[in-house]
Amino acid sequence: MIEMLSKLLFTFLQIGLFSIGGGYAIIPLIQEQVVGKYGWVSQQTFTDIITISQMTPGPLAVNTSTFVGIQIAGVWGAIVATFGCVISGIIISLVLFSFFQKYKQSIYVFEVLNGLKSASLGLIISAAATLLLLTFLGTTSFEMDSDIDWIAIVVFSVSLFALRKYKLNPILLMICTGLLGLIIY
Amino acid sequence: MLYHKIKIYFWLFGINLFISSFTFGGGYVVVPMIKKYFVFNKEMFSEDDLVNMAAIAQSTPGAIAINLSALAGYKVAGILGAIISCIAAVIPPLIILAIVSVWYTTFSSSTIISAVLKGMQAGVAALIVDLIIDMSQMIIKRKSILLTAMIPAAFFASFFFNINVALILVLCCLLCLAQVYSYKGGQSK
Repeated sequence: MIEMLSKLLFTFLQIGLFSIGGGYAIIPLIQEQVVGKYGWVSQQTFTDIITISQMTPGPLAVNTSTFVGIQIAGVWGAIVATFGCVISGIIISLVLFSFFQKYKQSIYVFEVLNGLKSASLGLIISAAATLLLLTFLGTTSFEMDSDIDWIAIVVFSVSLFALRKYKLNPILLMICTGLLGLIIY
Repeated sequence: MLYHKIKIYFWLFGINLFISSFTFGGGYVVVPMIKKYFVFNKEMFSEDDLVNMAAIAQSTPGAIAINLSALAGYKVAGILGAIISCIAAVIPPLIILAIVSVWYTTFSSSTIISAVLKGMQAGVAALIVDLIIDMSQMIIKRKSILLTAMIPAAFFASFFFNINVALILVLCCLLCLAQVYSYKGGQSK
């Protein structure tokens, strides 16, 4: 048991450390390790795990590692896998943040941070483009024959308007759009 | 003083538990939520601070939502604040998945849940576009051609060419450093 847990911890430490960009970037890494290298779960189970992780709240990486951990070594497996997956990111973020705070007078540090901001925004737009395609067309590839989901476009437009104009509470928005989905679909 | 500190720790724990329970559709939705509760409601730090934190959370390994929770907690209440925030942020997914894993085949084929999620997807998309508009305004306001041009460049590199995220981030930092260097060099002449 201890041996299994330490193997889990080491594997997820590795996954956490090499997954820059969050969310979807982490999935192929986990798949390579737990399906390919160790064979802890089958490909079918792994696909199910991704589906479930997307359906439940919380960051995708945390959900996926929690679920894989449970499948392999129960609740302790889940805790160990999650811990391994997030700890390196937390430590590196904190170190980088204190570094930027300490040297924020330096023009070099200031400009690097500005560069990171611009690049991050570009990456967020990229994630948003994928999400918009998925929401409006139900697919991420450009195909002429895919059906346009007009309801989703209306819900999106009204939500965006409410956010811009009335600074609507994001959590309230999630609840409202969730309920709308339940009624419409 | 001690009472005040303990109160902040409890608040951090509660708010991260709450935010994490509503994080559907990826880590980026945490940014508007932190903005709502930390920046607007409690005025614990500025929107500019939040954008800095988001950029750091995005540029380091791991889950963006968790990294951002850690940074917000650290900014408000130091290392202990960061630890409390992270623990609170991973508790909801841990509990929910522990329960769901017992009967996950029924769960994943449930039409009710997939309908709710389909509705939420449009809401999440709106939240992220709202965030993009805010961030763009902040960056374009600086009137730097390089910083403004980097936004579409990073987007094209990632979306159309699938270039590695780490590579994009490093290149953008180097470009900024090169700009400062040439600017400073020009000044000393």
